[in-house]
Amino acid sequence: MAYSDKVVDHYNNPRNVGSLDKDSENVGTGVVGAPECGDVMKLQIEVEGDTIVDAKFKTFGCGSAIASSSLATEWIKGKKVDEALEITNTEIVEELSLPPVKIHCSVLAEDAIKSAIADYKQKSSDGDEA
Amino acid sequence: MELPIYLDYQATTPVDPRVLEAMMPYFTHAFGNAASRSHSFGWDAEGAVDKARKQIASLIGASSKEIIFTSGSTEGINLAIKGAVEMHGAKGKHIITTLVEHKAVLDTCKHLEKQGCEVTYLEPDSTGLVTAEQVAEAIREDTVMVAMIWANNEIGTVNPIREIGAVCHERGVLFFVDGTQAVGKIPVDVGADNVDLMCLSGHKIYGPKGVGCLYVRRRNPRVRIVAQMDGGGHERGMRSGTINVPGVVGLGAACAVAEEDLEKDAAHSIALRERFEEKVLAELDYTTVNGNHEHRLPGCSNVSFCYVEGESLIMGVKDLAVSSGSACTSASLEPSHVLRACGVGDELAHSSIRFGFGRMTTEEDVDFAAEQVISAVKRLRELSPLYEMVLEGVDLSTVQWQAEH
Ligand SMILES: Cc1ncc(COP(=O)(O)O)c(C=O)c1O
Repeated sequence: MAYSDKVVDHYNNPRNVGSLDKDSENVGTGVVGAPECGDVMKLQIEVEGDTIVDAKFKTFGCGSAIASSSLATEWIKGKKVDEALEITNTEIVEELSLPPVKIHCSVLAEDAIKSAIADYKQKSSDGDEA
Repeated sequence: MELPIYLDYQATTPVDPRVLEAMMPYFTHAFGNAASRSHSFGWDAEGAVDKARKQIASLIGASSKEIIFTSGSTEGINLAIKGAVEMHGAKGKHIITTLVEHKAVLDTCKHLEKQGCEVTYLEPDSTGLVTAEQVAEAIREDTVMVAMIWANNEIGTVNPIREIGAVCHERGVLFFVDGTQAVGKIPVDVGADNVDLMCLSGHKIYGPKGVGCLYVRRRNPRVRIVAQMDGGGHERGMRSGTINVPGVVGLGAACAVAEEDLEKDAAHSIALRERFEEKVLAELDYTTVNGNHEHRLPGCSNVSFCYVEGESLIMGVKDLAVSSGSACTSASLEPSHVLRACGVGDELAHSSIRFGFGRMTTEEDVDFAAEQVISAVKRLRELSPLYEMVLEGVDLSTVQWQAEH
């Protein structure tokens, strides 16, 4: 299978690889996918005020899955939390020219963003109650 | 060293220069039809085909009258299984095979199931091996045939064919063996090994693509099958169609070379395989070699690199031509049916790569390959949330994954 140049670039030079402190109050963590399906993405955001100031990812999956999550971190960094929620998988598909068999990678990346934000929101509302 | 390095010898092999040389005249001046009886062009072609038949028969311990030329193993498999079932339909419609066959066998069986046959799929052990006891237990009154792979194309496991054949003969059941990966790589003697029908293919043994043959036993028992290709009655009526003379000559030459070099080739491939596995296992944790360590094809190494996904690894070893499982299934995203049948979990099956070494592979190739594999796995593990979790002491089997199945 031939990969698009952008997928190859993200695969060779993934942006924002790593982990943030998942116990920190400002950090939201999303882990989506399952090993037996061949893809697991972990995406983390660090929020100050209502802005995502940092994002990190780690992905177990094919090149397109790695590229989708790498791109997702790049896109959400610097965005407001609510803006990040608007990113859709079709934008990822277009940017990376993913073929139909790889669309699930983009869906997973969108899910990872939403899941990380949900985790952050959960944490901050728990914090408010305390 | 030329890049990329070819390490996919179970998918196909390069044509040996000695084979190509033998074939060349039959493309040019010696172009006759082996069935032409009225002139020297035909006689020359027939002579060349006869010589090839002898070369093939000699490699597998058959007589040349027992060799039926085909377009390859897929055709040989279809002819053997469908042809036997059609011939012996009166006896019954039960076939025994295994879960680790090549798709050509599995899909032929599925086709016959739709036509009313009953198929038993034997489950291998965790190394891919099926035993004679399993076969003995599965045989019924109405069993027509046992159809089984000799050496597995994905993990290289070599089945105990001689013992299984003995059971089949004792119980009066035809024994078809898919010898595609075994012939030319390990000793094969259809007489002593109790094989009734066996396919082989040129392109797996340094011969040309699109040519192979089916061995059909003529004595004890005399095996009869119904042709699946009707026409001019070539190949003793079992496979009509003008013989691919250059291809057949190439197949014959490939068998002659294989017979002469069998031990040397095997020793070479085993040494390279061991060199590769030693290097990789020394540098990488959570890495296992699949298949059977004792009964294994010389040049096949199927390795699971936990917590790294196979497709991303193939992308990372961009100077190596390798595959994740069989060539025909690597286009799909399904994990290999062979690893599944061996009880390898889907997550590990997604992390498995097959490395194939052969006659033209060098130590230098292997060293380069091992290095590239090691660095790609290390890099991808840096990226792997699973590896991180395992290092943190998380038991992955207890994690609730968020995924729609
Ligand atoms: C075990 C086995 N059986 C059958 C085949 C099919 O052979 P052919 O390509 O000659 O049709 C192959 C090769 O893909 C194989 O490895």
